[in-house]
Amino acid sequence: MSDPETGSETGSEAGSESGNEAVPGSGQRLPPSVPPVTRRSFLFRLGIGLNAIAASLMAVPIIGYVISATFQKRAMQAWIPLGEIDQFPERETRLAKYRNPFTVPWDGTTADIPCWVRRIDGQRFQIFAINCAHLGCPVRWFPQSGLFMCPCHGGVYYEDGSVASGPPPRGLYEYEYQIKNGALWVRGGQTPTLSEPV
Amino acid sequence: MKLKTLGDWFEKRLQLEPLYRNSAGHAIPRSSASWWYVFGSATLICFVLQIVTGICLALVYVPAADEAWNSLEYLNYQQTFGWFLRAVHYWGSNFMVALMTIHMLQVFLFGAYKYPREFTWVIGCVLFLCTLGLAFTGQVMRFDQDAYWGLGIGASIMGRIPFIGNDLVYLVLGGPIIAGETLSRFFGLHVFVLPGLVILFVVVHLRLVLKTGINDYPIAGKPVDLDHYDEEYEALIEKEGIPFFPDGVDKDVIFGALVISGVLACAALFGPAGPNGPPNPTLIDTVPRPDFYFLSLFAVFALLPAYTETFVIVYLLPVAVVALFAIPFVSRAGEKHPSRRPGAVVGVLMIMTILSTLAYLGLSSPWSPHMDAWTRDPVPVAMVKGRSPLALQGAAVLQGKQCRNCHSLDGIGGQRGPDLSDVAARLTNDQLIRQVLQGGGNMPAYGHNLSPSEVTALVAFLGTLKPAGEPDAANAAQRVLIQ
Repeated sequence: MSDPETGSETGSEAGSESGNEAVPGSGQRLPPSVPPVTRRSFLFRLGIGLNAIAASLMAVPIIGYVISATFQKRAMQAWIPLGEIDQFPERETRLAKYRNPFTVPWDGTTADIPCWVRRIDGQRFQIFAINCAHLGCPVRWFPQSGLFMCPCHGGVYYEDGSVASGPPPRGLYEYEYQIKNGALWVRGGQTPTLSEPV
Repeated sequence: MKLKTLGDWFEKRLQLEPLYRNSAGHAIPRSSASWWYVFGSATLICFVLQIVTGICLALVYVPAADEAWNSLEYLNYQQTFGWFLRAVHYWGSNFMVALMTIHMLQVFLFGAYKYPREFTWVIGCVLFLCTLGLAFTGQVMRFDQDAYWGLGIGASIMGRIPFIGNDLVYLVLGGPIIAGETLSRFFGLHVFVLPGLVILFVVVHLRLVLKTGINDYPIAGKPVDLDHYDEEYEALIEKEGIPFFPDGVDKDVIFGALVISGVLACAALFGPAGPNGPPNPTLIDTVPRPDFYFLSLFAVFALLPAYTETFVIVYLLPVAVVALFAIPFVSRAGEKHPSRRPGAVVGVLMIMTILSTLAYLGLSSPWSPHMDAWTRDPVPVAMVKGRSPLALQGAAVLQGKQCRNCHSLDGIGGQRGPDLSDVAARLTNDQLIRQVLQGGGNMPAYGHNLSPSEVTALVAFLGTLKPAGEPDAANAAQRVLIQ
């Protein structure tokens, strides 16, 4: 299509290029194959180089800032007390809550993390993440039928966390636990996913 | 006369005429000033509406995890017109996604992506992805239970990507878990990064429209010929070109006004979306659902066979996106008119049917247990009338053991499993006992959770559930005996 702007654009570019080449006409004679290095072209390249250095100096902290979460995984898990083990009756599964150990003051309620505590008997426990192994929705415990049911895509688990039906590719994520001085401790702090199951 | 002089004085300094001639005043074929060509400008109008209302909302909204929900409530109930601007922003996003989709379908069906407009399509696809990104991050701004668990679903999807999945989860959530940094991150994406990208790519998109010319209205039997297209288009403009502004803009202006009115009307009638419950993960009595543009994806995850899920999420979705980008390079020339491209039409119909069916299923989610059906939906009176005490005991077991969460009676209850109203006509007592104890076919086994007497009662009740006049179910051996 005919477009007056296209014509004028290429025209002006061509004009500036020829302007550049007109500069070495100041008496210097170089073989035509070697591009002449003038003071202006040298300063231009120097400028590019300096800016490249400045840009990379700026890029390091910016990229580091943005992706710091991935390499600061460090100890993203910690032992957290869930209370006396007597709060959890034998052969029952109860909802327990703890405060996320890695918290900032503006986390608000998002730092209150739920988990399902099943006391099999005596000192034997199972602590399940609330997140369905399928896509992370909160599973609910139904003591009458002894099942965990997920409200999102219909995943169902038995009381020991194994898959009963539905799409979950594995059983419920299980946290590590320990019993110290009659108190139950859980090792938590991160959202379990298939690539890092607790 | 004086006015003219004043005008010249400004024009001499502002040089607006060449700008006009090369932008709003560019020549378009008369046939392209069509009602079919209004959807792109309407999408852009929605985007402008989103920017204006978005800036207003940002004046009050607090993008911090502990206060975001409260500030949304404040916007809804305290701030003058806060509820209305929230509603306009929400409905504007719905309209924007819908109009963008229609625009894309129109461009595809009219063959407008073909030579020489390949990159206009590619940039359009980038804008499509950015807009979906805005939609998802916007859903997170409404920092409520759905937003929290929506993020959880997003993290779980990324967690399925091999090797880098876990790093991605940390990168997107801003840490190992959904918390304060997550909302701040999504706020940054929603108000700075993605709108900035959209503005940038809209500029590129429009510049390409100006430079390659708006697509000529397709004519059946007039294919794009790579060697002659440019000349033909030039001749067409020569013959029937009109300046887009003011001669070809009327329909865009009228449709734009209709779209704005539509958004305002929806906002006034239906109000803002949510927020629903506060983003407190310990409140687990929640049924998370995404906004409508992601419902079909939500449904896909429920309906795919479990073993194909990771493959579809990690490999097939990106391949589909690449295929979208590649359309104009695969089909550069040839017929533009949809009547000569039956494959394209059938493809669009198929994809839209699939997507809307999935979205409908996502809305009703028949695969999800109804969490409170067992206490909410009673056994229909007709099904307990005249039953033996044992069968009545079985009806109580059926309710008490949450069977109703997945099974309906008379159409009421969960839909995960089959309706049990006619189960006695389908399964014999022995088959019922086996199914209850061992499960199977997507049903959990109840062997450990039912006592023998409960099973006996339950099966006695189920054995009475069949339409009047229907014979009892019988297995092959029983049929032989009957004969």
